[in-house]
Amino acid sequence: MQQRSSTVQEPPGDTAAYRPTPPPAWQPRTDPAPLLPETEPLRVLGTDAVADADPALLRRLYAELVRGRRYNAQATALTKQGRLAVYPSTTGQEACEVAAALALEERDWLFPSYRDTLAAVARGLDPVQALTLLRGDWHTGYDPREYRVAPLCTPLATQLPHAVGLAHAARLKGDDVVALAMVGDGGTSEGDFHEALNFAAVWQAPVVFFVQNNGFAISVPLAKQTAAPSLAHKAVGYGMPGRLVDGNDVVAVHQVLTEAVARARRGGGPTLVEAITYRIDAHTNADDATRYRADGEVEAWRAHDPILLLERELTERGLLDEDGRRAAAEAAETMAAELRERMNADPVLDPMALFSHVYAEQTAQLREQAAQLRAELEAEGEA
Amino acid sequence: MTTATTGPAAAKAAGKPKPATMAQALQRAMRDAMAEDPTVHVMGEDVGTLGGVFRVTDGLAKEFGEDRCTDTPLAEAGILGTAVGMAMYGLRPVVEMQFDAFAYPAFEQLISHVARMRNRTRGAMPMPMVIRVPYGGGIGGVEHHSDSSEAYYMATPGLHVVTPATVEDAYGLLRAAIASDDPVVFLEPKRLYWSKSDWSPEAPAAVEPIGKAVVRRHGTSATLITYGPSVPVCLEAAEAATAEGWDLEVVDLRSLVPFDDETVAASVRRTGRAVVVHESNGFAGPGAEIAARVTERCFHHLEAPVLRVAGFDIPYPPPMLERHHLPGVDRVLDAVARLQWEAGS
Repeated sequence: MQQRSSTVQEPPGDTAAYRPTPPPAWQPRTDPAPLLPETEPLRVLGTDAVADADPALLRRLYAELVRGRRYNAQATALTKQGRLAVYPSTTGQEACEVAAALALEERDWLFPSYRDTLAAVARGLDPVQALTLLRGDWHTGYDPREYRVAPLCTPLATQLPHAVGLAHAARLKGDDVVALAMVGDGGTSEGDFHEALNFAAVWQAPVVFFVQNNGFAISVPLAKQTAAPSLAHKAVGYGMPGRLVDGNDVVAVHQVLTEAVARARRGGGPTLVEAITYRIDAHTNADDATRYRADGEVEAWRAHDPILLLERELTERGLLDEDGRRAAAEAAETMAAELRERMNADPVLDPMALFSHVYAEQTAQLREQAAQLRAELEAEGEA
Repeated sequence: MTTATTGPAAAKAAGKPKPATMAQALQRAMRDAMAEDPTVHVMGEDVGTLGGVFRVTDGLAKEFGEDRCTDTPLAEAGILGTAVGMAMYGLRPVVEMQFDAFAYPAFEQLISHVARMRNRTRGAMPMPMVIRVPYGGGIGGVEHHSDSSEAYYMATPGLHVVTPATVEDAYGLLRAAIASDDPVVFLEPKRLYWSKSDWSPEAPAAVEPIGKAVVRRHGTSATLITYGPSVPVCLEAAEAATAEGWDLEVVDLRSLVPFDDETVAASVRRTGRAVVVHESNGFAGPGAEIAARVTERCFHHLEAPVLRVAGFDIPYPPPMLERHHLPGVDRVLDAVARLQWEAGS
């Protein structure tokens, strides 16, 4: 180490009496210690803590996970049949998707990213409506206010400030509403992630930021994305607590999110939750994951599968037998068959709707353009 | 640089209230809207305690509380992004971007969300909000304080783009913008903030409809099509032109989107000649669109090509050189002179 030459003068006289004082503008701020996340991702399954879990909740989570896995498989199959333009799968991440939906009350709001159709479906959204964006017959296939699910958001992290604004507005109005916003590990590099967390903390908005760290932003691994100790640690810089959880332990994710939602609801402000999970499939059906990761890595994560972890626990505790397993699988199959059948019907498209909702009132220019398209359609019809 | 037909002295002589500035009219518009509608929320950088760097939100935080007029963190994307969430919950945010060039960080929120939320949700989730942007040069501002950014906004479907040129319009158009169920980019010509008129805050002007241009000066020789900070320039040019024997009509667009083709085309058909005047860069600027529209609609009435007087295609100059960039009276008159007045020229 180089000795730094100092120009600072030694304190005069009695050194014991000399106390450097901070500049007047400096104020002691929040103690960072209570905001720090867990040192290891929180686990409940396979630990003593699972004894506190409600058996009914465990069964519900199991049924949802099985249904979610089947939904992912069905949606992926629909891309191969040309029924979906694209599908970003959450196979392997079902615990996060399901727990996010179940942590919320009906009056709360979910802000999903484009990958989170499963969370929307687990919240009660019709799967066909949830998949409208990915089928391509419109952008948002549902009324966000009906389900309190914001439009699936493609520009990364841009939905996070929306969640903050909505939660802030609800609190100003005196409504007991929490917003939960979902984002991936790549999204945490976006400026909107930073701005949303900062606004939320300053306003003490009732928001939960839920990061699914699935290891990759398309092909780029987390190490190229951030040098932070963990993504959850980023919370400390904003003055909110960070939580770190095993994203494949559905009970742990549900517990952490439920606690964060409750904290927001009682006026405790926002929380950042990072769930460590893994994207078993490629980024989308259009991606080739073999170009950037080894098969062995995927296999290691398959051994830490969210359904497997819960199934093992339920079986050990006598909460799940062969009949229960079969019932969950059959319910999932019924959902998939219905989804397949409905998605196999061609959507009814109205080209004139392109002009319907650009403005509250159509401008003269749009009326002219609509007339042009109508004439073209009529000419097509006559041909 | 007043657009009023009577000066302060005349107002005083007539016993009228003292003239109001455009900044005061804008403040009054927000104040009246906030008093009438509890869902109207003003937010931005320094809009609360300070009253805005141009004092346009002066007194609003004091009168309505900091929850209704909020000093936000310094982050334009965050300001507009949270405003989107507030609008989703039924509020009517009025967002201030402190300067034209400071609004750029908010572009993604504006273009990817504000402008298309109504469309992407098939009308289920409109975005009733106003994004106020002080714009344009002529105030001696240093770099990044004088941009004319209207072309970016005009090129984005789903936005209304409005700009007042008079104190009365500042009030009326801002009231209309706040009342609109669509997002309105409200461009405030910052060098007209201190322009005055006899407009009285005690008897506010009627709310102007968005999308209607107005003929500021009737004339027969040629039409000057302009808006915002260039309106007073064109009016001055029209007065000077009388010495040359030209009687110029001046159309103040007021709304760039929606565009009032009807008023503009009717004027050009009457005069047969047109010059578009704006501060914004000429290339792919608003004038390009306007000249094309006029040509499409008035071709057989035109005696000369539609000309443009615009800012040069350069980054906005430093303040000591900006007068060379801004379209002035002489440059407008030069363009008028080139409108092929002599047969066969």
